[in-house]
Amino acid sequence: MSEAQTSKMAVSDETVIKIHKMHKWYGSFHVLKDINLDVKRGERIVVCGPSGSGKSTMIRCINRLEEHQQGDIIVDGVELTNDLKNIDAIRREVGMVFQHFNLFPHLTILENLSLAPIWVKREPRKQAEETAMRYLERVKIPEQALKYPGQLSGGQQQRVAIARSLCMNPRIMLFDEPTSALDPEMIKEVLDVMIELAEEGRTMICVTHEMGFAKTVANRVIFMDGGEIIEQNEPNEFFDNPQHERTQLFLSQILAH
Amino acid sequence: MSDSREYAVGTHPDLPPPLSTSGAIGWIRGNLLSSPTNIILTVLSIYFLYKVVPPSLNWLFFDATFNGDSRQDCREASNGAGACWAFVKHRFHLFVYGFYPVEQRWRVDISFILLPLALWPVLFDKVPYRKHLLKFSIAFPFIAGWLLIGGFGLTPVSTDYFGGFMLTLVIGVTGIVFSLPIGVALALGRQSNMPVLRVICVTFIEFIRGVPLITLLFVASTMLNYFLPPGTQFNLLLRVLIMVTLFSAAYIAEVVRGGLQAIPKGQYEAADSMGLKYWQSMQKIILPQALKISIPGIVNTFIGLYKDTTLVIIIGLLDPLGIGRASLADTKWTGLTTEIYVFVAIFFFLSCFSMARYSLYLENKLHTGHKR
Ligand SMILES: Nc1ncnc2c1ncn2[C@@H]1O[C@H](COP(=O)(O)OP(=O)(O)O)[C@@H](O)[C@H]1O
Ligand SMILES: [Mg+2]
Repeated sequence: MSEAQTSKMAVSDETVIKIHKMHKWYGSFHVLKDINLDVKRGERIVVCGPSGSGKSTMIRCINRLEEHQQGDIIVDGVELTNDLKNIDAIRREVGMVFQHFNLFPHLTILENLSLAPIWVKREPRKQAEETAMRYLERVKIPEQALKYPGQLSGGQQQRVAIARSLCMNPRIMLFDEPTSALDPEMIKEVLDVMIELAEEGRTMICVTHEMGFAKTVANRVIFMDGGEIIEQNEPNEFFDNPQHERTQLFLSQILAH
Repeated sequence: MSDSREYAVGTHPDLPPPLSTSGAIGWIRGNLLSSPTNIILTVLSIYFLYKVVPPSLNWLFFDATFNGDSRQDCREASNGAGACWAFVKHRFHLFVYGFYPVEQRWRVDISFILLPLALWPVLFDKVPYRKHLLKFSIAFPFIAGWLLIGGFGLTPVSTDYFGGFMLTLVIGVTGIVFSLPIGVALALGRQSNMPVLRVICVTFIEFIRGVPLITLLFVASTMLNYFLPPGTQFNLLLRVLIMVTLFSAAYIAEVVRGGLQAIPKGQYEAADSMGLKYWQSMQKIILPQALKISIPGIVNTFIGLYKDTTLVIIIGLLDPLGIGRASLADTKWTGLTTEIYVFVAIFFFLSCFSMARYSLYLENKLHTGHKR
């Protein structure tokens, strides 16, 4: 699909994620510094930056896999504090896809998908399994439903992981380098699924170095370095006309090959 | 090198492997005779088996005496060449029931029959009416307890009369059944982020692991009296059961902790990110995997526990080993030590070997695809 089409897709004015003056430390190591980020409903954000710049840590703060020490994070109107009720509420609305898939190896694909709907949303098993099958069809591997994750290829596992998140019907999806553990020939099948998701207008924050993907679907590209957001812009401007010299250096490095 | 190819490039079909690598001959060649060292080992093993197996079989079966009323009978029957199983046969009821009253032994028999029935649906999952049978399995400890101890319409039998295999099974099964959940709870407590709970669990585990079981049994048999209010009657067998259970629970806890540590952080994160609560992610995600990894260690602990039940002899309970030693005092049968110990050894070996095989079966059953 063309860029024109994607950018036409609705982005509402409603802010779904608001990160305000957020800081995080690992011990005495200041890993995130003064992060400010507003994400509108339906927005698709790509986060890039050198390894160790804090990209994963930032998006993991959004669903409280990591705890921030200063500043505010408000997701869907709920503020992230130590209140377990808030954390649970946010996690129900935020899906996450990991670099290493993190499927549950002792459960079949179908069980992987229906587990959270059954136990978190208290859906009847039958309904949860039907939903699961629907999403497996969406990611084009319904025939694998009764296999175990260990029997699938990396690309298939990652598509299952995406389907698993979708089964909770989250309003926001976080992706942490979903294609960097994949063999080259499998990257496309996963990106295709992600592009389809973007077309539906689901809010997405995606840490990735797939610049083609960023150009196709992102409304905004964010560049991080040293725990700070250095620069953010809409994709064309970001790639053609990077402002900060660290951005220029980074782009020249990853576009070099 | 010849460049004549049987198949055009890209059309080579799948062929069966050549005969020499499959079939019996292939197996022998590959596994027994693959290198000079291997050949030497094979020859030595055959020689060893030749030296050991036939004499053992002779002693155990072919030259053995199965009937008789005293050692003298055995000597006359086989010139003392084979085992005198008549002795064991003569004492068999003691080995099985201990000193359980003769007219009440049917209660032990029923418990023996019900035990495999209760274990069956727990150990295997392709069991007809498994759900209903499992209810029976849960009820079994209470049923067996009632049958053995009596009361509620049955003549009460003091646990002082328990002995033999029956005592081994009572201690072994109770210990196994209760130490697993307690051990898992301790392991989870040790990993908890609540400092008080963690300290309690660590202290408990390290204390129990740091003290020999015999010491704990002595504490159970004597010292508890000092701690309990004077005059309290606290059944000796019950104390032993508690000590044995706690002892093996501490070991199970460490085995399970190892399993928990082997679970990648990503599994916890995936469960958390989907909104599962602590107990849900433990029950559905973490423990099934951690316990699966821990199966060899858990079964190993169970086997240890089962064999350690023989230690109760020290505080005066007569398990099969105790019965055996007591029997040796009988002047009519003096000197038949080997028979007694071989017999007891066979009993323990069969039980423990079954557990080991079951553990392998379970590992295979739970194996789901390739490891990454
Ligand atoms: N649990 C942790 N404890 C201490 N340091 C960490 C931890 N996780 C990540 N870090 C450090 O924080 C920095 C940012 O990590 P991360 O967010 O994973 O970077 P990125 O995803 O951009 O590669 C890195 O320097 C990393 O070494
Ligand atoms: Mg990362």
